[in-house]
Amino acid sequence: MKLSLGPVLFFWERDTLMQFYADMAEQPLDIIYMGETVCSKRRSLSLDQWLGLARDMQQQSQAQVVMSGLTLVEAASELSSLKRMCANGEFLIEANDMSAVHYLSELKVPFVGGPALNIYNGHTLAEFIACGMQRWSPPVECSAHIISAALNQLDELGVARPEVEVFAYGHLPLAYSARCFTARAENRPKDDCELCCIKYEEGIPLLSQEGQALFTINGIQTMSAEINNLLADFPSLKAAGTDIARLSPRAQGMSQIIAAWDSVRQGQPAPLAVQGCNGYWHGRPGMVSIEEAGLC
Amino acid sequence: MQLVCPAGSLPALKAAVRQGADAVYVGFRDDTNARHFAGLNLDDKQLENGVAFAQQHNKHVYIAVNTYAQPDGWQRWQRAVDQAADLGVNALIAADPGVLAYASKQHPQLNLHLSVQGSATNAAALAFYQDRYNIKRAVLPRVLSLAQVKHVASQSPVPIEVFAFGSLCIMAEGRCHLSSYLTGESPNLCGVCSPAKAVRWSNEEGELTSRLNEVLIDRYSEGESAGYPTLCKGRFMVNGQRFHALEEPTSLDTMDLIPELSKIGVSAVKIEGRQRSPAYVEQVTRVWRAALDSYNKAPEQYKVEPVWRQTLAGLSEGSQTTLGAYHRAWQ
Repeated sequence: MKLSLGPVLFFWERDTLMQFYADMAEQPLDIIYMGETVCSKRRSLSLDQWLGLARDMQQQSQAQVVMSGLTLVEAASELSSLKRMCANGEFLIEANDMSAVHYLSELKVPFVGGPALNIYNGHTLAEFIACGMQRWSPPVECSAHIISAALNQLDELGVARPEVEVFAYGHLPLAYSARCFTARAENRPKDDCELCCIKYEEGIPLLSQEGQALFTINGIQTMSAEINNLLADFPSLKAAGTDIARLSPRAQGMSQIIAAWDSVRQGQPAPLAVQGCNGYWHGRPGMVSIEEAGLC
Repeated sequence: MQLVCPAGSLPALKAAVRQGADAVYVGFRDDTNARHFAGLNLDDKQLENGVAFAQQHNKHVYIAVNTYAQPDGWQRWQRAVDQAADLGVNALIAADPGVLAYASKQHPQLNLHLSVQGSATNAAALAFYQDRYNIKRAVLPRVLSLAQVKHVASQSPVPIEVFAFGSLCIMAEGRCHLSSYLTGESPNLCGVCSPAKAVRWSNEEGELTSRLNEVLIDRYSEGESAGYPTLCKGRFMVNGQRFHALEEPTSLDTMDLIPELSKIGVSAVKIEGRQRSPAYVEQVTRVWRAALDSYNKAPEQYKVEPVWRQTLAGLSEGSQTTLGAYHRAWQ
């Protein structure tokens, strides 16, 4: 199984990002996604700087470098920037909005369907494949069963399967809004947010009034509080037809996380249990933790 | 602008038609639509009656098959599309590209509207659905400011419908998995958000509490009004503060924006609420019909009558209304 590094979902300073990717260039990763997917106001790096960094990464690392597109595309400036990214001519693009799918299919270039595209069944998969999708990262709420069933349905339609990339580790990106919840938490209007999300390297925890960690506020994105971790589910990840496990960047300890995944994909036994949640994978509420039957 | 009203039952459909809706939208009694609630929606006989009733009054019926098809249930979505075509509805409202592809191939005469669940927030996304599925209209998610709606409408290859009144989704529709994260059921796959079966009300230490799959959504002191525990409208703790961290329990009301929406070129305004009662549909339709007629008669003199506002305020969640994302400061 291949390992990929998802795009950085948080807002980090330019130097932090540069250091992070310098570290990541040394890691046993097969694919590295780069670019801003959450908020166009986050400009630690401009599009051209991202592309420059992607070129550097391509030289320093064996990994395939992919540029990820913005998810909630509203403003005209966001659309034109996305269009330019799609036409970059060098790097594969991960589409996270139908606007990117539109541009990429017009350009007739292959692309990755990111987890923010709503692809849940074989018929829909066939539509996106006809538009040029060569790799599918299913919506994070998909279970192993839905993914397998969608792929089987695709087989029945006589369409060749795309590569399958499962969101296997990290805070789950769950929702996108017009509203910036980080600005709201700081009592600032969105138009005067002063990019306050830069203060929170892994977002702001949102707890119930009983102190139960529920979500993570990350600008206009709401994420899971728990880390979704499918390392203990590695055998079933493989059985479901997963080609790539996506590890979503965290502020600390990413090298160790990658090392743990690397050792399991190299043949070490998967741990019997890990911290974090894996409910979605098992067709249950995403927040719950399920231990494999027989291993408890 | 057309007035598009919700109906979760035959009496609601008739009420909407009688009160002057230009079109009424409905769903089948299963998970193929985004209001898959127990006891809601119309069975086959009621749908036939409803379509006939609307036709007698020269009104349109749209049918929503707007969830994302689960692989195991594909036949249900396929059947829903076929049934919609057989019923002779004026449009099918859908979001899933697989469903849109099936409908456009099998029933090329059936008008397709892109559902709000399709999450198309820009002209390029709309162009995709128009090029590939020949959609005739698109419903925009409730995340755009008025300026953004104007821009999208001016660039859009298809006429635009916007939400005008009713419950407010704080998240971009079709792009929210919060409900499945807590309960296992989501709008995209199951047609429900914060499902009723996961709700538990109780009295704990003198306070009314609402829980969703045992997660505390809110607690209310005596005298505080309690609302349905839609999870994004609860009070949570962020940075040590307890507040409505995502959204207050409030409703969208854009009656003030009718002139702007009309000038922008919006072709239809939509009332949310298939889950609401026939009486609710009747009152909201009546008020909105009056407002649109008043605007059409004398656009320059248009103003919101206090009695309209009073009627709508009494029907709104938490008795509060907002312009939502249309008003930039809300964002």
